[in-house]
Amino acid sequence: MAVCIAAFAKENYPLYIRSVPTQNELKFHYTVHTSLDVVEEKISAVGKSLGDQRELYLGLLYPTEDYKVYGYVTNSKVKFVIVVDSSNTSLRDNEIRSMFRKLHNSFTDVMCNPFYNPGDPIQSKAFNGIVSGMMVQTG
Amino acid sequence: MADEAPFQFLHSELIQYIYKSADTEDTENGRNISKLENLGCRVGQGLIERLTKDAPRFKDELDIMKFICKDFWTCLFKKQIDNLRTNHQGIYVLQDSQFRLLSHLSAGKQYLDYAPKYLAFTCGLVRGALSNLGLRSVVTAEISDMPACKFQVLIQKM
Repeated sequence: MAVCIAAFAKENYPLYIRSVPTQNELKFHYTVHTSLDVVEEKISAVGKSLGDQRELYLGLLYPTEDYKVYGYVTNSKVKFVIVVDSSNTSLRDNEIRSMFRKLHNSFTDVMCNPFYNPGDPIQSKAFNGIVSGMMVQTG
Repeated sequence: MADEAPFQFLHSELIQYIYKSADTEDTENGRNISKLENLGCRVGQGLIERLTKDAPRFKDELDIMKFICKDFWTCLFKKQIDNLRTNHQGIYVLQDSQFRLLSHLSAGKQYLDYAPKYLAFTCGLVRGALSNLGLRSVVTAEISDMPACKFQVLIQKM
């Protein structure tokens, strides 16, 4: 389903990045890092424009030729970014939403693990498993 | 509720443990308090992550403080903060007229000297919760007459 999944701490450094094995993994790193600007923009827009802007799910951040980039920000300002292939048109907004939901739930478990230091890169097996599950479904 | 008694017992036991395992008991008071506070801080960070999972994004600082006073406090102590005051410049005073962790000590002045150690963990909880929501703060507690206490939160501007 997804080709790249990343998590960023509130100070915008990466906690976790994983992409499908390919030659130019660097491109995915580049894509998710640039998406942070869009995330920042969307967050700072809250409060200025009233309305439904207060959801954690930020929706489609921007489409590129080959990929679509979706964003999600938790209340603790941890950002999740999912990159999917543009050719995958069957993917609905709701599915993306539930993927983020799963990521967030799993992240919460990581956070509540007393052996995890907040701010460290995520090395949890459970989290890794969830992410793998989302990437594999491509078939 | 069945889950509040274990928390109280665990909390009392935690204080006992920290104070017993300290090397020199009398002079180390400050260090024990900060140990308790740091424990609370880590717990607060984790707890707020879980509690805000389904909450909408916060608008501003006051919105966050309200969440602490209502949802966070209810989760911990089965009641809300009784009074929240602010000067709108980063100082918040949270008043609890029946603080649960003190309510099992006798009211009055008798144990007033022992009270600070029962508040340190909670101060840490609040500090940890706020720090995870992106607010750096200093939290201090104040007791005037026993089951009632005040928490002063000083938000530090980045």
